Amino acid sequence: MSNQQRSFFFNVDWLTVLIYLALCAIGVLSIHSAVFDPKNASIVDLDTNYGKQFVFVIVAIVLGIFILLLESRFLSALAPAIYTITIVLLLLVLVVGRNVGGNQAWIPLPGGFRLQPSEFAKFATCLLLARYLSGTNIKVTEIKSFAIAAGIIFFPMILILLQPDAGSTLVFSSLLFVLYREGLSPYFLILEGLFITLFVLTLKLNNLPLIIGSIIVITIAIILLFRRNRKLMTTLLIGAGILITFVLSVQFLYTKVLKHHQKERIDIVLGIESDPHGKGYNVNQSKIAIGSGKLWGKGYMQGTQTKYKFVPEQSTDFIFCTVGEEFGFAGSVVVLGLYLLLVLRIIYIAERQRSPFSRIYAYGVASIIFFHVVINIGMTIGIVPSIGIPLPLISYGGSSLLSFTVMLFILIKLDSNRMGMIYA
Amino acid sequence: MNQYFERRYIIGGIFITLILVLLGRLFYIQIIDDRYAYYAAKNAKRQFILYPARGPILDRNGKTLVTNELVYDVSVTPKEIKPFDTLEFCKLLSIDKTEFDKRLAKARKYSQNTPSPFEKQLSPQLYASLQERMSEFPGFRTGPHPIRSYPDSVAAQFLGYIGEVNDNVISKSGGYYHLGDYIGISGVEKAYEPILRGQKGIRNMLVDSRGEQKGSYANGAFDTLAVPGEKLTSSLDIKLQKLGEKLMQNKVGSIVAIEPSTGEILAFVSTPSYDPNLLVGHDRSANYGKLSNDPYVPFLVRPIQASYPPGSSFKPLSALIAMQEGIITPQTTYNCPGYYVAGNRRIACFHNERHGTVNLASAVAESCNGYFDMVFEKLINRLGAKQTDSAFTSWRNNVAKFGLGGKLDLDLPGEGTGLLPKASLYDKMYHKGGWRSSTVISLGIGQGELGATPLQLANIEATIANHGFYYKPHLIKSIGDRQIIKKEYTEKNYVGVDAQYFEPVIDGMQAVVDRGTAAASKIPGIIMCGKTGTADNSHGQAHSVFVAFAPRENPKIAIAVVVENGGQGSSWAAPIASFMVEKYLRDSITTRPSGISPEKYINANLMPDINVYINQQKRRARLDSARRARTDSIKKAQAIKSATNKNKKPAITNYLSAIIPGKR
Repeated sequence: MSNQQRSFFFNVDWLTVLIYLALCAIGVLSIHSAVFDPKNASIVDLDTNYGKQFVFVIVAIVLGIFILLLESRFLSALAPAIYTITIVLLLLVLVVGRNVGGNQAWIPLPGGFRLQPSEFAKFATCLLLARYLSGTNIKVTEIKSFAIAAGIIFFPMILILLQPDAGSTLVFSSLLFVLYREGLSPYFLILEGLFITLFVLTLKLNNLPLIIGSIIVITIAIILLFRRNRKLMTTLLIGAGILITFVLSVQFLYTKVLKHHQKERIDIVLGIESDPHGKGYNVNQSKIAIGSGKLWGKGYMQGTQTKYKFVPEQSTDFIFCTVGEEFGFAGSVVVLGLYLLLVLRIIYIAERQRSPFSRIYAYGVASIIFFHVVINIGMTIGIVPSIGIPLPLISYGGSSLLSFTVMLFILIKLDSNRMGMIYA
Repeated sequence: MNQYFERRYIIGGIFITLILVLLGRLFYIQIIDDRYAYYAAKNAKRQFILYPARGPILDRNGKTLVTNELVYDVSVTPKEIKPFDTLEFCKLLSIDKTEFDKRLAKARKYSQNTPSPFEKQLSPQLYASLQERMSEFPGFRTGPHPIRSYPDSVAAQFLGYIGEVNDNVISKSGGYYHLGDYIGISGVEKAYEPILRGQKGIRNMLVDSRGEQKGSYANGAFDTLAVPGEKLTSSLDIKLQKLGEKLMQNKVGSIVAIEPSTGEILAFVSTPSYDPNLLVGHDRSANYGKLSNDPYVPFLVRPIQASYPPGSSFKPLSALIAMQEGIITPQTTYNCPGYYVAGNRRIACFHNERHGTVNLASAVAESCNGYFDMVFEKLINRLGAKQTDSAFTSWRNNVAKFGLGGKLDLDLPGEGTGLLPKASLYDKMYHKGGWRSSTVISLGIGQGELGATPLQLANIEATIANHGFYYKPHLIKSIGDRQIIKKEYTEKNYVGVDAQYFEPVIDGMQAVVDRGTAAASKIPGIIMCGKTGTADNSHGQAHSVFVAFAPRENPKIAIAVVVENGGQGSSWAAPIASFMVEKYLRDSITTRPSGISPEKYINANLMPDINVYINQQKRRARLDSARRARTDSIKKAQAIKSATNKNKKPAITNYLSAIIPGKR
């Protein structure tokens, strides 16, 4: 206690804070460049997106400092309450929500602001998951614990899917990394990887006999190679069965269940059909913006693709276009490097915790940030279907920025207290 | 720390791998693949064309024949429209609300953000009244736009006209012409299109995704300025041209006057004509329709597209060829009983007049048919009756050297060749060996299957004036401020008759005016040498033809005048020619001692009855190759062949590349 009174910032992980500030600064500058209009030259103009974002960053920093002032143990104790509030908000948004771009994801607030509960659901879920898994005698390898942990994750997912916001829903699947770190069988990760690969192959090759044949041949080959290991044989046979079932259901879903526009989105990413003027317009313009940046970029505020509105949603989902176009490959490396440094630093922080709660929470934060980065940037360069999720700390949007700030500063707070008592 | 501690490496490894995948993809699209930079430039760069001013055309003394004038259009930018008094606006433009809505809908369809034309070529009064009130009509603007303007309304067929390019021209122009561009469609405007049009400039602007301009691309590094079209100095003398058009008003016919020492065409009159200003401006299409339906075909360029039997005006040519071939000498005489007997045909002299004993000069002066029938018969029979066709072919070749039966390569599109029959024509009409000199005897006096354009007739006079050579007749004297003259116009074209043979013929031609058939048109103090002609016309009164040059020493002007249905050459064509010559040499015209005054000719109306005229035209259509050329030119007016067509105008194109740096 006496340590904490010496300074609010005692034991704060400054590297994380610096990366956080750097990403926020890149965000404000990129939004400024994307929507800059010489008629409104002031940076603190509340009518413009960058003016608003600037205010959000200041609010976020104040909020971050406030979190550092909290007692760490509150965080664990409040986890169920925060989770419950979020769930209530997610239910509320389905009733009173404002529909923006096809998603009923926003609760209007006084002063023209609006709240996106799904953003806050991410850290709320991380908190409750950490709280549950850090409990005594809880092991994810046990069916009951695994089911409860999965339930904590699935409940908000289902509510968000009802909005329907597929992007945010998928974000929760990244929490699989947390479960894996806490002991879940690696088969789940492998299976997830295989699912993604087979999903792409099934739709792209459109050749069921070849794919199913290959699965069978490879399975038999591995079984023959390790024929002494009976346990492996069983696992492989079950796995092969699951994979074949998966392939067949993907094929069935794609041809019989999915609606035309949903197929289109998938087709564009997989390059099955190209339609640069219709549904593929956004991604195509985004690729042009980033690709035209070359090595060093066109220079700050010199990007024609973003400045002249060829790229849609340029300050939110497609904000990375500004970075790619105006700062080129060099800028892309810096931004991706910062994110990689951030998530690896969070893993490092996680592993130095004595408290399982802090560690599990940290893995949740790393997974969610990482998932956002890969999906968002992958989308702007056309290797991931365009599902609208923001680029953490850079994309325009108060809910997203505040949610990631709270998420990160709770972690920093927990970490600064790593030498203290273990809560829960 | 727990048992799954090492799993952090696997999770970290997955994170690093996926980030590297993203970086790899970024490396590919940002560094390796060049297409995206190209697409980005294509998105944001818009080229705006700067239109050069079309070159003006001047007369030989620097007076303007055609120049550019600014007219004002109203354009509309639909997005900028705010509510305003539509009714008042419609009233100002004198259109109704339906028309207003129609035009606005068309503009909206074209673009919301860029201006579309709304009303073209306002009258000056309307522009003045509208200009003050434009602020009441947001979204509408007035702006200037150049059109062709003809201050003296002369030389319509010579200058030709311009019009918007059609799809055919656009696709053949290799990207030069775009929708809405103007191109020369006929006359000099067409022939010199590549020179007159100049060179478009390009301004590269940045635009946003809605097409709004956002400033200059790359600070104008790739912009080019428009190069104005070159000025053309024509060979026309505007005063002479105006007089010629006045003398020929209410008559059908042509005047072509050439400066023998250069080949420059001093006057190029084709009537009926029209005011070239009718084909620009607001009522262009209505006027165009009216003119192209006019039965007297004002668009026909008669000096080069109509052909007439030269009649007696052909006689000097016959005499020259016969002397060169050694068939006759100037002293050869003939005793004219008032007719000539060829085979079993008896050809009357004009009015059955008995000329008695005539030599070459007096035969020309008195236009004795008998003498020239005799000359022609001797020419065709000189190898014996069995070799009629080879003698004929040799005669034909000699005539062709004077420019008959072929094009003179005038720098104007649509030139006709006239008619000069080949031996094979008579082989077909009769049968091989079935025709004699007597069969084709009328050729000797310029009748029969012979046709010459007024340009060809004038060029023959220039050749006689020069004693045996001509410069290619041309309409454009020099190009640009540097006064460049095409090389082909400085070369002499010899016609194969020695200079010594010309004097006796010229003696005869002087006598024609001094005391012969054209004596009434003699200009006191000017020695003019000429020849009347009366071109047979089986469907109406004969055409009046007169050819001449003057003065005899150091000739300044060679001229051919054709007045359709004018009867004898002496009655209409000769006086008109004499006034032209006098005007050119003295800059004024006087009443002749014989009493004939210019006013009589200016005021006379010789327009043939429409039905008679149409019948003549129909007959011509069957016989006349020039008629075909004319049809071609009208077809072309609708489906213009590219002026840059290399086969058509190699000289101009090559020339262009020599004078305009950087062109091609």
